[in-house]
Amino acid sequence: MLRKIRITLACVCFVLLTLLFLDFTGTLHHYLGWMAKIQFLPAVLALNIGVILLLVVLTLLFGRTYCSVICPLGVMQDVFARIGKKQKKNRYTWSPAKTILRWTVWGIFVLAVILGIGSVVALLDPYAAYGRIAQNLLSPLWRWGNNLMALIAERAGSYAFYSTDVYLKNLPTFIIAALTLTVLAVLAWRNGRTYCNTVCPVGTTLGFLSRFSWMRPVIDKEKCISCKLCEKNCKASCIHIDEQSIDYSRCVVCMDCIDKCPKQAISYAPHRRSKAAPAAVQEVTAATATEDSATAKSGKEGMDRREFLTLTAALTGAAALEAQTKTVDGGLAAIQDKKAPKRQTPIVPPGAFGIRHLSKHCTGCQLCVSACPNHVLRPSTDLQHLMQPVSSYEKGYCRPECTRCSEVCPTGAIRPISRAEKSSVQIGHAVWVKENCIPLANGDTCGHCATVCPVGAITMVRHESGVMVPAVNDFHCIGCGACENLCPARPFPAIYVEGHEMHKTL
Amino acid sequence: METTHHNDSQNGQGMSRRSFFKRMAAGSVAVASAAAVNRVQGAPLPQIAKMADGQLQGQMTYRTTPTTGDKVSLLGYGCMRWPTLRGDRNGEYDQETINQLVDYAIEHGVNYFDSSPVYCRGLSEKITGIALSRHPRNKYFIATKLSNASRAYWSREASMKMYHDSFVNFQTDYIDYYLLHSVGGGSGIREFEQRYVDNGMLDFLLEERKAGRIRNLGFSFHGQVEVFDHLLSLQDKYHWDFVQIQLNYQDWRHAQETSRRNINAEYLYNELHKRNIPAVIMEPLLGGRLSRVPDFVAGKFKQREPEMSVASWAFRFAGSPEGVLTVLSGMTYMEHLQDNIKTYSPLQPLSQEERDFLESQVLLMLRYPTIPCNECDYCMPCPYGLDIPAIFHHYNQCLNEDRIPASSQDKNYRKARREFLIGYDRSVPALRQADHCIGCRHCVSHCPQNINIPAQMQRINKFVEDLKQGREF
Repeated sequence: MLRKIRITLACVCFVLLTLLFLDFTGTLHHYLGWMAKIQFLPAVLALNIGVILLLVVLTLLFGRTYCSVICPLGVMQDVFARIGKKQKKNRYTWSPAKTILRWTVWGIFVLAVILGIGSVVALLDPYAAYGRIAQNLLSPLWRWGNNLMALIAERAGSYAFYSTDVYLKNLPTFIIAALTLTVLAVLAWRNGRTYCNTVCPVGTTLGFLSRFSWMRPVIDKEKCISCKLCEKNCKASCIHIDEQSIDYSRCVVCMDCIDKCPKQAISYAPHRRSKAAPAAVQEVTAATATEDSATAKSGKEGMDRREFLTLTAALTGAAALEAQTKTVDGGLAAIQDKKAPKRQTPIVPPGAFGIRHLSKHCTGCQLCVSACPNHVLRPSTDLQHLMQPVSSYEKGYCRPECTRCSEVCPTGAIRPISRAEKSSVQIGHAVWVKENCIPLANGDTCGHCATVCPVGAITMVRHESGVMVPAVNDFHCIGCGACENLCPARPFPAIYVEGHEMHKTL
Repeated sequence: METTHHNDSQNGQGMSRRSFFKRMAAGSVAVASAAAVNRVQGAPLPQIAKMADGQLQGQMTYRTTPTTGDKVSLLGYGCMRWPTLRGDRNGEYDQETINQLVDYAIEHGVNYFDSSPVYCRGLSEKITGIALSRHPRNKYFIATKLSNASRAYWSREASMKMYHDSFVNFQTDYIDYYLLHSVGGGSGIREFEQRYVDNGMLDFLLEERKAGRIRNLGFSFHGQVEVFDHLLSLQDKYHWDFVQIQLNYQDWRHAQETSRRNINAEYLYNELHKRNIPAVIMEPLLGGRLSRVPDFVAGKFKQREPEMSVASWAFRFAGSPEGVLTVLSGMTYMEHLQDNIKTYSPLQPLSQEERDFLESQVLLMLRYPTIPCNECDYCMPCPYGLDIPAIFHHYNQCLNEDRIPASSQDKNYRKARREFLIGYDRSVPALRQADHCIGCRHCVSHCPQNINIPAQMQRINKFVEDLKQGREF
C-alpha cells in the first residue's frame, strides 16, 4: 500500500515537472511553476526558507521521501531500475557505504556554491541534471510532435496548435545531458540508486538528516528468516540482513522491501529510541554566503572584434546590392542566417541583476531556456558558466512584453520582474558597426533600428557622407536587442548589443 | 441580346484569320452541340451552364478590333500567375498543367494570351510560348510587352534585346499585340520619354508595326493621368491600336479609394471609347479581391444568381462595355478558367439595375478597407527578403473574414488575437514579416496599385505589436 502511494505520487510529480520543461506556450508555468520551486537546491539558492524548512521537516519525519517522490532524477532512475529488475529479478546486494566519496563530493559542491563556480554546481545538482535531459532530449520530441499537430491543425483550419522551431541550442550542453542520461540509465539499470548515494549532494544532505528520521522501515528480528529477499530488492543497497541493519542515510523509503518481505518482517514505523529532533539543522544556508570572488575579468582578446566584423562587411554589402537589381517580377530574395557577433561581455536577462548574481544562483536546469519564447536564451559555452543561460539575438530579441524566464526561474538566479521594471533595466547597450550599416554599404535609406527600438534610444543623424546613420543614446538603451535582431545587415548586424556585468536600473 | 453582333464569328470577310475562326467556331459548336440547341436567341444561359463546369455551354463572346479586324475572345488569358509544381510562388513552374490550361482555354474559344518578359520571375514568355506553340500559330493572339521599367533596360540595346527575345520565347515571327508596359509610373511623362522616346524605341516599334512584325501597338497604363492624356493626345501621331487599362466595378468610380493617384476606370474607358480605341481590361477582379468579397456581400450575390460565382459579377461588369476588346484574367487553376469561360459563353451584359446594385455593394465594401494589393508580385523580390504580397494577403483575409479585432475591448479579442498571430506565422515565415521592412522604398515604384508599401508595412507591424504586447487600442 505504502509503496503504491509512493509510486503514484512519484509518477504525478515526475510527469508534471516534465511537462513544465516541455511546455513552450507559457500556459503551464502558471499552474506548475511551484514544482520546480520545491526542488531542494533551487530552494536553497533562492533562499526560500519556507521550502527548505518544509523539506527538512519532511525528511526528519518520514526519511528521504524527497528522493523517491519529488526529485525527478531519482524517479527517472527508478524507472530504469524497474526495467533492469524485469530483466533479472533480485539483482541487488548490500554494499558498504561510500562515506568518504559522498562527503568529498559534497564538500566540493558546497565549495563550488560558495565560490560561485556555476558549472560545477550545475553538473552535480540532480534537478538541473534532469532539467537538461528534459530540455535537450525530450523537448525536441515534444516539439516535433507539436509541429505535427500544428500541421494537422493548419489543414483543418484550427488554431489550437502553432508550430515552433526545433534546433540544437548548444552542443556541449546537449552532450552533457546525453552522457548524464546514459551513465545514470546504466547505473540505475544495474545497481539502482548508485548515483543518489555516492555523488548526489542533495542525497548526501538529506541522507544525513534521514538518519534521524522519525518514521523509517524497521526489521522485526523475530519474524525475519534471513531470506534476503529485501536486500536483493533494495535499490539503495542499504539493507544488510547479515547484521539485521538498514543504513538510513541511504534508504530512500521506497517501501519495496516492505512489499517484498514474505513474512511481513519489515514495517514502516516510528523510531523507538527517538532522540529528540536534532537541534542543529545542518547549516545548508551557508551556500548563500556571498563573498566577493574575483571574477577575473577576461582581458581584451588579441583578435579585435571590429576587424572580425569588418571582414564580413564587404561581403554583406555586396550581397545586399546584388539582391536589389530587380529586373523581373516575383520570387523571394534569399535570406542569410544571422550570426552572433563576438561580445566582450555576455548578456544575461533582466532580473538576473548581472552576471555574478546569475552564476552564483543558477543550477543550469534550462527551465528558462525552454520557456523563452523568443529564442533568446541558450546555455552558455563558457567553461565557468557552462550550461547557465546567456542571451543572444540572432533568432529573436528580448521582447518588451515577455518576463517568462523570471517567472519560471526556481533558484532566484533570475528574479521575478514586472514588465514595467524590465523596460527600465539596462542589461547592455547597443554598439554601431559602421562597416556593416546598410546606408553606407549600398546607399539604401534605412533607420530600421531607430524605428524598432522600444525605448527610443536610437536617433538617425547625418553622417559625413551625407546619409543618415543611427546614433545610440547609451543612457536610454536597455540592451533588448530589437535593433540587432531586426537590422537588415546579414549575417553580421550593423548594430549589436554589448552586455553589462552589472545591470542598472534607469 | 445586345452582344449578338459581336458573337457572330461566322461572319467572315475573306481574311485568312477569318477562316481560322470559322473552323474554331465550328469546333466549339461541335463540342457544345448537344446543348447548343438551347442557345436560341435570348434563351437564358444558366440552364445550360450548370450542366457541367464549362463543358457544355454556349459559345464564347468575341469582339472585333477596328484596325486588324481580329476576332478576340472576351476572355483573355493573363500569363502572370502560372501554377508551380508545389503551389508556392517561388517554386518550379508546372509546365504540364500549364499546357493543359492552355489547351483547355483554346478548345473553349480563348485566343488572347497576355504575357510579359518580366512575369513569373522572367519565365512567363518562355512557358507560355512552349504551351502555345503546340497549337497552330493562327489559333491564338500573342500579347506581350516592352517591360523596361527597370533602369537596367532603358538603353536602346537592352530594350531591343528584350523585344527580340520575345520572338524567340514565343517561337514566332510576329506579335499580335505589343504594349509599352506600365506607362504612367515614376516621374510621369519624363519617365515615359526616357523609357521609349529618348532611346528611339517607340519609333522603332512604329516601324516594326509597318513591317507587320507587330500587328497592333498599344500601351498599358498605371498611374498618372497626365501621361494617359498625353499619349492619347498623340493618337494622330502614334495611332494606338489598343490600350490596356485597369477596370472593375470598384475602380469604375472609386479608384481613389485604392490610391489617391489612381484614375477612375469610367474616365479612362470613356476617353478610349470616344476615340474608338479598344480597351483591354486588366484587374477585372482587383487581383482576386472582388472574388473574395466580405461574406455579407457574397451572400447578396448568391441570392441574386445562386448558380453563378462571386467572380462572375466582376467579369460581367468588365465585359459589358462594348469598347472592351478582352478581359484579362490570370487564371492559375482550372476551376477559375472554367468559371470564367462559363461567364463569357456568352456574356450576359449587366442591366442598369445590376450596375446600380454593384455600385451599392462597393460603397459597403469601402467601409471595410483592405489593402488594395493584387498580389501581382511586381514588387517582388524585396531585397530585404520580405514576402510583401503574403503579408498583405493575410491582413486582407483576416479583414474580410471579420477576424481583426477592432479594439482590445472586443469580446472576441483574445480569440482574434491568437488567430491573427498564429495565422501570420503560418502564412509568412518570421524572417519575411512586416517587422523586417526597413523602408528602403525600392518596391514603391513597382506597385501598379500605388500602394505605399513601407507605410502599410509599418501600419501592419504596429498592429502586430499591439497584439503581441497586449497594448490597448
